[in-house]
Amino acid sequence: MLDFGYPVLTILIAFPLIAACGLFFLRAPQVVRYYTMAVSLIECLLAVPLLGFKLNAEFQFVEQIDWVHQWGLQYYLGIDGISILMVLLTIAVLPLCVMCSWTYIGKREKEFHFCLLFMTSAVLGVFCALDLVLFYVFWEAMLIPMYLLIAVWGGDDRRYASLKFFLYTLAGSTLLLAAIVAFRVTGGTFSIPELMDMNFSFRFQFWAFLAMALAFAIKVPMFPFHTWLPAAHVQAPSAGSVILAAVLLKMGTYGFLRFCLPLTPAASEYFAPMMIAISIVSILYGGAIALGQTDIKKLVAYSSVGHMGFVTLGIFLFNQRGVEGALFQMLNHGIVTGALFMMIGAVYERSHSRDIKDNMGLGKYLPAFMFFWGMMALASFGFPGTNGFVGEILVFVGAFQKSTIIGMFCVPGALLAAAYMFRVSLKMAWGKPSKAAKWRDLNAREWIYLSIPAVFVFWIGLAPAPFFNIIDPSVDKLLNDFDKRKVASVESEQPMQTAAQDVLDVLAGKK
Amino acid sequence: MNFDITALVPELFFFCVVLALMIQSLGNKEWKPPVERWLPFGACAAFFVTITGFHLHGSMFWDVYKVDLMSQFFKIAITFGFYVTVLNASRQPTLDEGKRADYYMLLGFSTLGLMLLASSVELITIYLALELASYSMYAVIPLRAKSKGAAEAGVKYIMFGAVATALALYGLSYIMASQHTTYIAELMNKSWSFADQPMAVVGLSLFLAGMFFKLALFPFHFWCPDVYQGASNETAAFVATMPKMGAIVVLCRLAVLLKPGLEITTILAVLGALSMTFGNLSALAQTDIKRLLGFSSVAHAGYIMVGLVSGTPEGLGAAAFYGLAYLVMNLLVFWVVCRISTDGRNLQLSDLNGLYKKAPVLAFSLAAGAFALVGLPPTMGFMGKFFLITSAWDHGYNWLVITLVVNSAIAIYYYLGLFRHAFTEETAPGKVAAPDNGWFASAGAGMLAAAVLLIGMVPAPLFNFAINAGKTLYGITVHLGGGGH
Repeated sequence: MLDFGYPVLTILIAFPLIAACGLFFLRAPQVVRYYTMAVSLIECLLAVPLLGFKLNAEFQFVEQIDWVHQWGLQYYLGIDGISILMVLLTIAVLPLCVMCSWTYIGKREKEFHFCLLFMTSAVLGVFCALDLVLFYVFWEAMLIPMYLLIAVWGGDDRRYASLKFFLYTLAGSTLLLAAIVAFRVTGGTFSIPELMDMNFSFRFQFWAFLAMALAFAIKVPMFPFHTWLPAAHVQAPSAGSVILAAVLLKMGTYGFLRFCLPLTPAASEYFAPMMIAISIVSILYGGAIALGQTDIKKLVAYSSVGHMGFVTLGIFLFNQRGVEGALFQMLNHGIVTGALFMMIGAVYERSHSRDIKDNMGLGKYLPAFMFFWGMMALASFGFPGTNGFVGEILVFVGAFQKSTIIGMFCVPGALLAAAYMFRVSLKMAWGKPSKAAKWRDLNAREWIYLSIPAVFVFWIGLAPAPFFNIIDPSVDKLLNDFDKRKVASVESEQPMQTAAQDVLDVLAGKK
Repeated sequence: MNFDITALVPELFFFCVVLALMIQSLGNKEWKPPVERWLPFGACAAFFVTITGFHLHGSMFWDVYKVDLMSQFFKIAITFGFYVTVLNASRQPTLDEGKRADYYMLLGFSTLGLMLLASSVELITIYLALELASYSMYAVIPLRAKSKGAAEAGVKYIMFGAVATALALYGLSYIMASQHTTYIAELMNKSWSFADQPMAVVGLSLFLAGMFFKLALFPFHFWCPDVYQGASNETAAFVATMPKMGAIVVLCRLAVLLKPGLEITTILAVLGALSMTFGNLSALAQTDIKRLLGFSSVAHAGYIMVGLVSGTPEGLGAAAFYGLAYLVMNLLVFWVVCRISTDGRNLQLSDLNGLYKKAPVLAFSLAAGAFALVGLPPTMGFMGKFFLITSAWDHGYNWLVITLVVNSAIAIYYYLGLFRHAFTEETAPGKVAAPDNGWFASAGAGMLAAAVLLIGMVPAPLFNFAINAGKTLYGITVHLGGGGH
């Protein structure tokens, strides 16, 4: 079924990649930048048909073609309320990334922009794929450009950071592949919508969940799999950090929503206490570590660990508010942290340092910069009226609905966020300026790329209704199915045997 | 005896090419035209003749020689490999001018042996074809001008090879003695459990050992890194890929005897697991690229076992497909290695530094090859691995599949090393000979890279071919052209 008579999603995925090949015919760095900018704007225009998204829980803009018939592989794309926001976010982030690296990237511009475009294609594919193998293909394809972004254009320690990023995420996702194969052998198909309608035995779910959750937890990243993130963020160039924060981390939480909850509901329920506990640890740990940072970028990187903790917490609460909050936080974190990283890039271009002490006194000399920074900082810790508030409060409500204790545990997380954001903002605004007097305030380009996120900060913060309308039907359906099927799977099963016996049985192929 | 000469057209054509090489190698070396002028066309023609013969079938010479889908699949792969090797070797810097025709003749005979191997369905025929394929290799490996390493590699290959074939022959005698036949089709109906036929199982294990030597499966792999390192780059490209095709096709045919749960199947699975783990762990420590590829090929031999022990037509199809993927990926990487090493030296990892700047097409192709070897999508290597594990899951050896998956994660590190050096490091100025950046080098690398990527994205036609080939081995009738759609 094609809603518009032409394959919107395929075009969205293929266009950046095809256009990226055009880069090889260009020479002057400036031309490369204008070309990529044009491509990213055209990509935004190509996304206009997505506004025809119907407010229901069905998969829309579906495309389905046989890929490898013998193995049941399909080229199967479609989006629902959970993925459309991620798709739009990815597309919107692209021009901002091009703009924020306009003067930041001084070598191998062609390859840099190629990587950006390639990555956009891959990430869009991840959010649109409805076939497990197709999903995996996109999931892995995104690694190479991200690796290059860090390894070539990163800071001094870029080799270590890029290698760590690559090895961590790829090691995690190999088990995801094993889980995908197991789904196919047990369920007979790779099609995600078809698998969503099946009930798997609890033992199967148990192992499938663990294999998938490891891959997703590394990507999110959840404590204790988070150590690649600060290294990668700190070393990556601004645009790399922006993409990493805005969309790549979301692939992990998206995986939880798309795979773990619908495909392994009983196991998700079984592991929920553990996941909630890890989420709370991530929130508190990320916040506490961020509080002690002197490097602004590291601070924001650790704050990401905390923010993403809220997302995973919301997901594993399994109630309407929690999941809605998680989705909102995914979007918000993309906008706000993306903007913060762009600003860190902007200030780094002036001071050539990411240390707080080298970037103080900006309130007097760079008021416009400080205006945006303050706004994003407030949004980051969930100040009322900003988008962060909407997401965070939903997760809180969900948490308290689930249990007062869980709710009580995450409150300090919000306080910590306020503390570290205030600390860094105060110093940056009113600290004793070291070199800031010589710097110029934001230029037009920087105004543009910061204004766009700012609009969304207030739009989502003050009038979130349109966003609710988009995600609500899908969240309803997700949770209804979840409630029905987790019971069905558990009732059809004998109690679990001991884990050791289970491991042996699975490995020997006796299930 | 039903003798249908048309079914043999690919072999006969290839034999004519080799014959021409032989005549030239016997003749005066001044004799024109030089072998590199005409051989690529001959090899290319042989490749296309083999492709057009994909649908041939027949059984001849008292049923010891069978032309079926499996044999044609591998013959296409083998002639393709020969074609690429010939192109690759045409600029070999370490070969004496007077030895060129002999060199290609030996490669040609070895290839012919492999083609015969692809169709052999009887153990003695397999043995003979294997020897034909091996003997020329013994002579080719030391053909590197004035290199002690090459001589050492040659001796190692001969010694190990002699022991391995002796073992195979010994095993063959056990099989004959206990099962009273050497036809695979008849062996299929016999029992292969240790309780019923201990002697036959021992015999088959020994016979398989001969194949494992060719495949460089642990613990028969010790020759592999040394021979790769000692032989010239171009020869290594041949040794690394082509004999393995022969081993894989024989193993596919013999795997029909294996059922999951039999002792011998378990031995194969265990060897596969050890091979993957050992190969990958050893490769982690290498800095010489050919040694690295040598150890990685030990790991790849282990991956192929996953399909063979599954006991399903899909498994055999997946193993065949992976064999082809292995061939193309390795030829690609070796192509790049040979083009970088224009003076014939052995490349170290650091020699790749800054390749993206010096030769962008080669660098990109190397990346495609390296990521295919890791098994990253969307490459042929990913699809191959994916088919292997899908075919093997739930057939009694899940632990082997998990071992494969974990090993893929280990392998990332050293393959990424190739990529890392080529793309993220800068060259130290004026250290090494510049890579060959001409149109020939770029076009070859680009086409192989395109094949790796394209087949990775659209694997269905080739895979249908492979899986149908797997079905024919189990005696399942296949309608050609249906392709399962």
